Amino acid sequence: MPPLPESATTVFYRNIRWLRFVDRFGRKGQGAVEYLGYLAQLAGEFFTASVTRPFYSTELLREMDEIGVKSVSITGITALFTGMVLALQTAYSLSAFGGKLFIGRVVSLSLVRELGPVLTALMVGGRVGSGITAEIGSMVVTEQVDALRAMAISPVRRLVVPRAIATVVMMPVLTALADVLGILGGLGFAVLALQMTMQDYLSSIWNQLQISDIGSGLGKTFFFGFEIALIGCANGLRVEGGASSVGVATTRTVVLASISVLVSDFFLTKLFLSL
Amino acid sequence: MSIAVQTEGSRRAGRVRGEKIVEFREVWKRYANREVLAGVNFQIFHGEVLCVLGPSGTGKSVFLRHINGLTKPDDGEVEVFGQPVARLSEEELSPVRRRVAMLFQGGALFDSMNVEQNVAFPLKEHTDKSLEEISALVAEKLQMVGLPGTQKKMPSELSGGMRKRVALARSIALEPEIILYDEPTTGLDPVTSEKIAQLIAEMNLRLQTTSVVVTHDIVTARTVADRIAFLHQGRFQFVGSFQEAVRTGHPVLQEYFRSMGFPCGTGDFPAVGENGGKNS
Repeated sequence: MPPLPESATTVFYRNIRWLRFVDRFGRKGQGAVEYLGYLAQLAGEFFTASVTRPFYSTELLREMDEIGVKSVSITGITALFTGMVLALQTAYSLSAFGGKLFIGRVVSLSLVRELGPVLTALMVGGRVGSGITAEIGSMVVTEQVDALRAMAISPVRRLVVPRAIATVVMMPVLTALADVLGILGGLGFAVLALQMTMQDYLSSIWNQLQISDIGSGLGKTFFFGFEIALIGCANGLRVEGGASSVGVATTRTVVLASISVLVSDFFLTKLFLSL
Repeated sequence: MSIAVQTEGSRRAGRVRGEKIVEFREVWKRYANREVLAGVNFQIFHGEVLCVLGPSGTGKSVFLRHINGLTKPDDGEVEVFGQPVARLSEEELSPVRRRVAMLFQGGALFDSMNVEQNVAFPLKEHTDKSLEEISALVAEKLQMVGLPGTQKKMPSELSGGMRKRVALARSIALEPEIILYDEPTTGLDPVTSEKIAQLIAEMNLRLQTTSVVVTHDIVTARTVADRIAFLHQGRFQFVGSFQEAVRTGHPVLQEYFRSMGFPCGTGDFPAVGENGGKNS
């Protein structure tokens, strides 16, 4: 028996469902494009404001302390244990091939080229990015940002520029520290658990590690720092409504900052490899 | 106190109006398909205290925020000191904003700074005064708002009324020509509300400023206003003196006064003490 022809009503509702899907998809897309546009606009305002007076040097120093110095412990612990676990995994997986000899090389290259910058960026993104959004977001909710504007003071100059510069400057410093601590973590494990000599471990690093590896690793962190600060500030400034919106914006910052770090890492790595 | 207020009110009502310094021309503002301002035409004159009354959510604060360009209209023109603020960028708005101060509903003091730093903030940003001069000015402004010696306190240590007074001290630090007050007495007890209202009237007289007060506190309006403007459904339904507002036959305004617990339309408005500020 041939299938019954679809009634006009069924076709109408099916089309409506499709339209709804298209509508929802379109709205999400529009929101994403608007957000990217806002980020681009904020970045533009940041560059203009960071090269023209007035500068808020006291704010900058305060933010460097808040963003950089106070992040030392979490990035340090992360790097130390990552170095140790890298040494452990390398020894375990390469034991059949005399893997001990490669431990220093694997730990240092992985850390300096990739894990140091990315893990530091993820930790800073979680701690600093969310902190920036929460602080600026609560200032928006309590009308402090409007008060700045009403007093003819640019919120971009006063709030965004010091935070973004501080993050961009402190990210490479934190990463360098993380690299050193990670390598020391690997060294500690190799010497204490695998009975390697310190000299073997360090000489394998010394022979393998190139300046370009360090440059590529640290070079990426400037971009990561800028992404984290920009997303943190943008989400804070876009808060609307009450305290719950600050919470939502803070979560969004952690998610977006992490994703943007991981996505841009791929492209930046490709870029640095081609240089 | 009520006699003093009445005398003050009569004196203020008889004041000669100055030149026009703010003008709204066919200003439209929509939020989520709702017309908050629907073709508003309005003028504010130098030296007056204008009270904008109206039920919650009618767009009183939106009207106020158009004056210093914090909110831009969808259509129409807003001129302040002859400048088209709606069409100016944030940078271009700076000279206008230095002449227009705003007192926010919650005070909007900077949490990370103490009282002295808060009040000194606009002075440090926009003047070349020395630290000693700034410190002296801060002390003077705090004295004016009745809070001497509170320089080292943090905003979190202050009560709601004190916070608003510190915010007022910060607003007047640059000696602005216009002060915008957004719900200055909301959330305060009647006694503190009246103190704030007295302070607004005093600032207007002492500093020769123009004041625009957004409120739904009728006692405040009566204490300070030279003119009342009643905003409803996106337009000013009534503009006139307080006594005219009380005596007017405008049904929506009468309904508003009654809903606030004040009889009107039949005669003189009751004295402050008789109402006890129960509308606030």
